[in-house]
Amino acid sequence: MKILVGIKRVVDYNVRVRVLPDGSGVDKDGVKMSVNPFDEIALEEALRIKEAGNADEVIVVSVGGDECQQQLRTGLAMGADRAIQVQTGQSLQPLGVAQAFLKIIEREDPGLVIFGKQAIDDDNSQTGQMLAALWERPQATFASKLNIDGQVATVTREVDAGLETVEIDLPAVVTVDLRLNEPRFVKLPDIMKAKRKPLDVLPLDELGVAAESTLSVSHFAPPPQRGKGIMVEDAAQLVQELKNRGLL
Amino acid sequence: MSEREIMEYDVIIVGAGPAGLSCATRLKQLKPDLMVAVIEKASEIGAHILSGAVIEPGPLDQLLPGWRDNPPPVCVPVEKDELWLLSRTGRRRLPTPPQQKNHGNFTVSLGALCAWMAPQAEALGVDLFPGFAASEIRFTDDGAVGGVIIGDMGIGQDGQPKDTYMQGIEIHAPVTVLSEGCRGHLSKQLIRRYELDKDAQPQTYGIGMKELWRVQPGKSKPGLVQHTTGWPLDSKTYGGSFVYHLDKDRIAVGFVCGLDYEDPEFFPFEAFQQFKHHPMIHELLEDGEILSSGARAIVEGGYQSLPRTEMPGALLIGDAAGLLNVPKVKGTHQAIKSGMLAAEHIAAGASAEGFDARLRDSDIVRELYKVRNIRPAFNKGFWRGMIRAAFETATAGRWPGTLPVHADHACLRKLDGYTAPERDWVDRDLPPRDRLASVYFAATEHDEDQPIHLQILEPDVCTNRCSREFDNPCTRFCPAQVYEMVEAEDAGRRLQINAANCVHCKTCDIKDPYQIINWVTPEGGSGPNYQNM
Repeated sequence: MKILVGIKRVVDYNVRVRVLPDGSGVDKDGVKMSVNPFDEIALEEALRIKEAGNADEVIVVSVGGDECQQQLRTGLAMGADRAIQVQTGQSLQPLGVAQAFLKIIEREDPGLVIFGKQAIDDDNSQTGQMLAALWERPQATFASKLNIDGQVATVTREVDAGLETVEIDLPAVVTVDLRLNEPRFVKLPDIMKAKRKPLDVLPLDELGVAAESTLSVSHFAPPPQRGKGIMVEDAAQLVQELKNRGLL
Repeated sequence: MSEREIMEYDVIIVGAGPAGLSCATRLKQLKPDLMVAVIEKASEIGAHILSGAVIEPGPLDQLLPGWRDNPPPVCVPVEKDELWLLSRTGRRRLPTPPQQKNHGNFTVSLGALCAWMAPQAEALGVDLFPGFAASEIRFTDDGAVGGVIIGDMGIGQDGQPKDTYMQGIEIHAPVTVLSEGCRGHLSKQLIRRYELDKDAQPQTYGIGMKELWRVQPGKSKPGLVQHTTGWPLDSKTYGGSFVYHLDKDRIAVGFVCGLDYEDPEFFPFEAFQQFKHHPMIHELLEDGEILSSGARAIVEGGYQSLPRTEMPGALLIGDAAGLLNVPKVKGTHQAIKSGMLAAEHIAAGASAEGFDARLRDSDIVRELYKVRNIRPAFNKGFWRGMIRAAFETATAGRWPGTLPVHADHACLRKLDGYTAPERDWVDRDLPPRDRLASVYFAATEHDEDQPIHLQILEPDVCTNRCSREFDNPCTRFCPAQVYEMVEAEDAGRRLQINAANCVHCKTCDIKDPYQIINWVTPEGGSGPNYQNM
């Protein structure tokens, strides 16, 4: 079967992110961009499934401008067989991304679609779930264990109450959580090999997806600065200060 | 251990700084069919690059004509130069020395410049590999350098392979170019192995610390280049600051201390923070925010410390050789020129042989010769240094004789019998509060479960001798607070190494008085993530 892995180009997790002074967004000038860490875990899992003999092709897919080809090449270097860039200059909402993926599914007919559980820039955790609904197929999210047996996947999910194990029929959508695996390092020769692997560019409108945004972000602000504390001499002063602040 | 996989290239370049990238670019311009690779330990090009920097554009005009139509992202033409002598509360403007007249030059972010050069090199067919650290030299059977060995990834702190273990490959090449920058760890090994420095004076260094600030609108005057000397340093400690005004309300502020300082209790990071509290600087920075910070050692030895730059199978360029011009406070133009010269040499003869003679005959080394006595003159103190500097400048270094230099680590005075000068330092209110707060802005990252890359060759010395003789200066000269003396479980104290804080500046490898600290490269991709530095 084929596995589609969705990867997103995001600000690297090491970057000290800063809000622009006018509140219009986040300062991305000269900032390092990487594959979303959860998507790397998703790709690692897809590669392991293929290496175990349960899949024959791993395809990495990203939706965005041509810059995201850099992340697709990283995916190819890790071991994916093919890459697809759904090309668009607009910034899409999760629903738009899910609709784009549905079109790719119609072309590729995969047995499994894997995403990271959420992107570290917007933390939405929506795309996988929306795609499963549009596709009318099962979903298993926040996977910390995944086992494929024929046409059935057994997934252990990390939920608020603990761990939940579900069985779903393939084809299906799975989104992965941190503890699923540790992604492999890329080997230098594989970076060279990745340059020769196919990377197809599909413009978004050719796929027939109407990318209209129903949401617009009005303002960004950093968390409020912590105020300066004061040192108190003794318990009596502490009580007095708390009373002064109306806390007691 | 299985046999390592091998990749072959015509030229392998270690380090994607201005020297390495210039060499790679020029090689492909001269001989497009050459297979050229550049490996870089940073996770992306520019992430480990930190510099002032005001650059002379001449070599860039030669390497990439037309660059001015498509300049790097941070590139501000210099409009005005100022040199200030500071006291704790006052300042006096000094005449700008000719070496610091920057008409026609540009203030850039060297990291952004390298990130901008990288795709141009790739477009010519250079294979760039950020995230891969060269951890060892590969030697051929006849003892020549035959390439490098990439460090293994996925080794635990206990030295054992983890689940993610990935063996590093070997890169074989008839010519290896070392462009690791100041005190490169492979360069250091090769200089020792081939005795490349036996006819040279010891190499000497400074530590450069830098912060990039976004200041209140109107405070930054783009194109203004300011340097200061004097307070907060004493007359026996060489150093000074730079304040480079950029666009978008940004100011690059930095401080350099010569590592030949003698006071064992001296605290370079604190000196930098004190400088920021001088009224002239405090006024610029107040209510601003720090965007990025970091530190790097700077090579200062110049002409008399230049080692032989060629050996069988390899050559040294840029600050790995030590080409920075201290009075100009510039090394980038030298790095680019040396990269181009190396490329021309390799393209003509396909070997390292003869490069050293070519380098010494070039205007790169002629430039260093002219200013060779300026930095060492300050070994006699600030005022004698200034007088000699003026003399050397006026005579363009033609006065015969060359002042000697002394190894930095040997300059540290022992506590016993030494009295530190009065520092006259102030209380501080500007961020960062301390080194831990500062290192946060370097965004440095190391997987903690890996072997510690700061090797202490004789660990007992730290508690048994150094505490008593020097009061563990590593706990002060490291800008990232990697070294701490903490309570040991069984009474007494021990050295704790917080390797994950390391910003790869190499100061510890240089200044440790016993020379028992050996910096080696950690797992590829580790280290700082400097932005626009």
